[in-house]
Order: sequence, then structure tokens, then C-alpha cells
Amino acid sequence: MRVRAQMSMLFHLDKCIGCHTCSVACKNLWTDRDGAEYMWWNNVETRPGTGYPTGWEDQEHYKGGWQRDKKGRLKLVLHSKGGGVAKAFFNPALPELNDYYDPFTFQYGDLFNSPPSEQQPTAIPISKITGQPLEISSGPNWDDDLGGSDIFAANDPSMEGVDDVVRAQMEEIERVVFNYLPRICNHCLNPSCLAACPSGAIYKREEDGIVLVNEEKCRGWRMCVSGCPYKKVYYNWNTGKSEKCILCFPRMETGQAPACAHSCVGRIRYMGVLLYDADKIASSAALPDDELLDAQLDMILDPHDPQVITAARAAGIDEGWIDSAQRSPIYKFVKVWGMAFPLHPEYRTEAMMFYVPPLSPVMSSIEQNMIKLDIPDERRDFELMDELDKARMPLEYLANLFTVGDSDRIRRVLRIMLAVRTYKRRQSVDGVIDEATLELIEEVGLTENMVEAIYSMTTTPTVDDRFVMPPYHREMSLEAIGDPLTAKGSTGFGTIKPPRRGP
Amino acid sequence: MSTNDVLFGVLPYMAATLAIFVGVVRWRREPFSVSSLSSQLLESRKLYWGSISFHWGLTIILTLHLLALIIPSGFEWWNGAPVRLYLLEITGLALGLWAAFGITVLIVRRFTSARVRRVTTGMDHVVLLVIAIQIVTGVWIAIGYRWGSYWGTGVFIPYVRSLLFFQPEPEYIDPLPWVLKTHVLSFFAFLAIFPFSRLIHIITLPLQYFFRPWQKVIANREPPADEYISNEPRTKQFN
Ligand code: SF4
Ligand code: SF4
Repeated sequence: MRVRAQMSMLFHLDKCIGCHTCSVACKNLWTDRDGAEYMWWNNVETRPGTGYPTGWEDQEHYKGGWQRDKKGRLKLVLHSKGGGVAKAFFNPALPELNDYYDPFTFQYGDLFNSPPSEQQPTAIPISKITGQPLEISSGPNWDDDLGGSDIFAANDPSMEGVDDVVRAQMEEIERVVFNYLPRICNHCLNPSCLAACPSGAIYKREEDGIVLVNEEKCRGWRMCVSGCPYKKVYYNWNTGKSEKCILCFPRMETGQAPACAHSCVGRIRYMGVLLYDADKIASSAALPDDELLDAQLDMILDPHDPQVITAARAAGIDEGWIDSAQRSPIYKFVKVWGMAFPLHPEYRTEAMMFYVPPLSPVMSSIEQNMIKLDIPDERRDFELMDELDKARMPLEYLANLFTVGDSDRIRRVLRIMLAVRTYKRRQSVDGVIDEATLELIEEVGLTENMVEAIYSMTTTPTVDDRFVMPPYHREMSLEAIGDPLTAKGSTGFGTIKPPRRGP
Repeated sequence: MSTNDVLFGVLPYMAATLAIFVGVVRWRREPFSVSSLSSQLLESRKLYWGSISFHWGLTIILTLHLLALIIPSGFEWWNGAPVRLYLLEITGLALGLWAAFGITVLIVRRFTSARVRRVTTGMDHVVLLVIAIQIVTGVWIAIGYRWGSYWGTGVFIPYVRSLLFFQPEPEYIDPLPWVLKTHVLSFFAFLAIFPFSRLIHIITLPLQYFFRPWQKVIANREPPADEYISNEPRTKQFN
């Protein structure tokens, strides 16, 4: 057992309101620069939909992630090492700018400089790259809230395997069912962006698992962009370097949650430490598809287990981190309650950002253009339990996103969430909890204490409940390279040079 | 000293000094500035036709030039039979034309794509010009002064060797026609602009990729005192 720590984020999708505050916080902080305008290190997609960049989940096209070859070995989908170097002159699997969008602004000067006239002056859109006028025809959230969904939702790769009847139902009511999927870099345990980089510029930080591009070593081969199945590395066309989400490490090193999490309006985001067994990374990523998810979850260690604690200390993990891991909300959701999964575990990168699948809206049908729930009020809670297959957001679809197609696992989580809801409703509305409800929570594998814990962590958590930030002790790691006092009051990058494009 | 001596006896040293000295300084002090500066994201269709032809054509031709320098006897032996000489010459010409096609596409692309124009600098024009001159004169020589791989071993090889051994004998070049002189001179120009332009990405060919494990983990934690060696972050790797 080789214990390592990972900073992990959890998204409670049931709570996301699709406000994009997270994306804007990130953009203002990190990517508001020439060459980075089109980068959305954090983006929020409407599902079903094709996401950003368009169709990023189509790995036959983009060749991201890993695959298991016939002999059971782990291979990059993108290339072998020789192939990667041979393709240095042209990378056929690179998304083009049009797969993202042409970043635009408006010619605001026209508003002030226009000569007096009958009409109001307008500011025409212009490309931020060329400065030329532009017909805006796509953008980072072009299909937001299912806008234009007959094009976008129909092309969603995760719809594959959703059976035709369900698909027809979704299409029939496509205007009333969707949910949001916020995405950042998953800071994977087995990152394929890193493996695809010929220059060796990408690395994973041992102390917190953040995956970073060393901009001084990056030579602009762009293999990481293709290699990442989540398309979370972006090529800066201005500096000629690749960039990605840095999980706001300068914020985390000073005890603050990443900006996207901190600004989240729906308070759907949680941050915490996970301890995992680094010895199992390579072997568990090479398992057959149906064993992948379990293997990945098994790598996460119990931070209360004395053996794990001893091993963690031996690996040089700080007491403060072990304590954080024990209080980690991520650990509770993922391991104790079993309510959260990584996004697309079948990409075999062992993504370390977790998602609680969305419960509502549950189910309905349309009669004469009226949306109607099919179940009488008194029986609703219990009926819903058994009728999850009729959920408006099909289980198969969620299973394609989070559990390699295993809809039973999604059903189990949704049943837990429904049971908690039922219990709390009995408690707060009726004032008593009837036998049937108690049976129900037992049936889904919960105790009353767990119900209360899940409820309070979901509904009424404070900032400190949501973000359990470990002590980074930058002063200690700085001691290794010099006098920590020289770095007093500073954080993150050290000396900052403006990112100037080379000649 | 005649003009010929300056151009072919002194200039090469100046160009090489620039290339090595400035190249090393830039590589070490401004690593951020070293990049292929790819514009594939902005335009990819024309790049596909231009970049692949240009890079491969040029890489193979340069390798052949280098081979001729290292093992001229091998070339002499090979060219001993006329069939093989024809074969080599035709291959060389084909590669030259391939590269010429590539650079034509690249030049057109630079000038026609608005997005690519945005990231084009004056130095990029110089680079394209110098390489275009090299390719055009190269193809010209292959057609107009045929059997270069045969007679070249008696003229260019001794000349380049004299340069490499610091006893320049520019006389070898003096009697040659101007096309050949231009071909040689443009190479020195290439060397001279190499460290000041995007050409520096040539030495970034990522061969270390073959020798590293797939994954790379770097620790920034305080190492135990006895392990403390340098201020480089320690690297741990698996797979
Ligand atoms: S999600 Fe992040 S760590 Fe994982 S492969 Fe993509 S860029 Fe790399
Ligand atoms: S800020 Fe939070 S609620 Fe709003 S879109 Fe982002 S993740 Fe969802």
C-alpha cells in the first residue's frame, strides 16, 4: 500500500441551477487573456447535449483516454510513443477552433463615435482573434437549457444505449427534461493528458494530486489536448503553450476553496481530501469495463483505518491532511454513503471529481400539453421509489455518464435520495415517522443517523462543512529550497513573468 | 580577403556562433518562449497539406545531406552503378518537390487565413523566405546541375569538413555558379536566424518521450535532510 492524498471536488447535481457563476469566476481569475478567451476551465453543460467543445465525448473522433487492448494491457487511444512523435507535425485528433467557438467581443467604440442619426447605433460583434466582424454562430453554451436541442441533444454520445422507447419519450418531452453538468479538469489518478505529452511537461503533484502543465517545458505539441478524454486541456493560440485547470492551487495553498466552488450559487460543490492507494493505479485502470468503477472506488482508502493512517504517515503525509481526510465530505458521499461517481469511468483515467446524480425532475407525462405527475399525492413518495425506471431523466442516460452503463447503481443512489426526502417530509410535515418510512430507509440501506447526516450535508451545510481544506504548510515545503521568510506574504507561482509569445 | 572568403569562410562561423550561443541562452533563460507555436487550432485543413509535406520532405533531405557528410564513401559506392545514381537523384528531386509543395501551401496559408495572420510576426516571414530560397535553389540544383550527389562529394564535402576542422577553404565554393552559392549562403542565414525565431523548436524533438514512464508525479514536500541534494523538485515515477 502506497498512500497518497488527492484534493477532490464533488458536484451535487441535484442542486445545480445552471447559473454559470462558477464559469465566470474562473474566467475572471485565470483565462481572461489573449489566447485563452475560448478556454473554459470550468464549464456548465446542459444535458442531454453535446457539451463543450462540441461532442467531446466522441472518442472515436477525438481519441482521448485509455483503452484496454486484446491482451488486457492499458494503451492510450491517441497514440503509441512512436506514433506520438511521428505525428508531431500535424495532430489529426486535435479539435479545431470551430469545435469550440470563435471568441468574440463587440465594437463598443461604434456606440460613442457614431454620427447623429435617427437610429440608435449598434455595436457589431467582432472576432477577438482577427478583429473582423463576425456572424456569431456558436458559443460555449450555445445549447444552454436545451436551446436548439434537436441538433445538440440528438447528437449526445451518451444517448447511445438508451433504448429507443425511452429516447422517443425524451424527444417528445425534450423541452421539459434536462439537467446541468458542471465540469472542470478531473485531476485524474491516471491522466492520459500527461501520458500523451511527448515533452514531459505535464505532471501530477504528489501532495495533492493536482495535474499541471509546466509552461516552461511545454513545446506546443498539443497531444495533451487530444489525449484528455474530457477535453480539459486547451492550447493557447497566442503563447503557443497548453493550459488547463490548476484547481486554484494558489487559493488552496492559503486555505481557500477553488474559485468555482467558492462562488457556487447553488452550493453544489464540496471540497476535501481523499487518501488512495497509488500502487493500484495502473492495474485497476486496465480492468474490463464492468469492473472499472468498483476498482476505482476501492482505491480510495478509509482514513480512519489505523493501518491506513500508519501507511499515510510513513508516506510523509502530514497529520493535518490525515485529519482533513477523516472529515472529508467527499469521502462521506463517495465511500460512506456510496452516492457519488466519477464522470465516465470508462475512459480509464480514474477521474477524481465526483458527481451525485440528479434526482429531480422525477417523472411525468404530457397530456394535452399539460405536464402531469402520474401518481396520487398520498402514495407519491413510495410509488416513486418503485417507478424510477419511468424517471424523466432516464436511468440509462445517467448510467452512461457515471457508471459505465450500470443503471442499478444510479437507481440505488436515487432511491437513497428519495428515502431521505420521504423521511424528512414525514418528520417536518407530519411530525411523525411512520413504520412504512422506517422500513423504506432500512430497505435502501440507511440508518436514521445517516439520513440526518445526508440531509444536513445536502441541504444545510455551512461553508466549513462543504470545504474541508487541509493545511498546505507551504512554509515547510519552501524550507527545502530556501529561506521561507523570503516568500512571506506570497503564494502560488513565485516570480511571475508575463506570458509573452516567443519570436 | 575576398568577398568569397568573407561569405564562405567567416560568415559560417558567425552564424554558427549565434545559433549555438544565443540558442543555449534562450533555451536556458527563456524556456517559456520555446514552442512549436503551432497554429493548427486556428486553421487545420491547409496545415494538413502544408505541414506534413514540408516537414517530412525537409527532414528526410536534411538527413541525406548529413549522411553524405558523415559517410561520403558510402555515397560514392552507391553511385558507382548508374541505376542507383538515378534512383538517388530522382528520390532527392521528389523530396525537394514535396517540400516545395509544402512550403507553398504554408505560405499561401500564412497570407490568406485571417486567423493565422493574427499570430504571424515579421520573423515568421523571414523564416519562410529563407527556407523557400533554400528549397527553390535546392530543386533548381537537382534539375539544372544534375548528379549533385555524385560531384557534390568532391566539392561540398571537403568544404564543409574544412569548416568543421576550423581550417576553412572557401576556395572550393568560389568557382561555383551563383545558384549553388545561394543554396549554401541561405543555410548560413538559416543558422543565424535559428535562435531568434520559431526555428528553435527544431531542437525540441521530444526523443525523451521514449525513455520516460507514462506517468509522472512530482513531490514538493520537504524531503528528509539526507535526501536534500538540489533545489530541483524530486521526481517520482511509476508504470
Ligand atoms: S481530466 Fe484533467 S487530469 Fe484528467 S486527463 Fe483531462 S486534463 Fe488530464
Ligand atoms: S455556480 Fe454552482 S449552481 Fe451555478 S452553474 Fe456553477 S455549479 Fe451550478
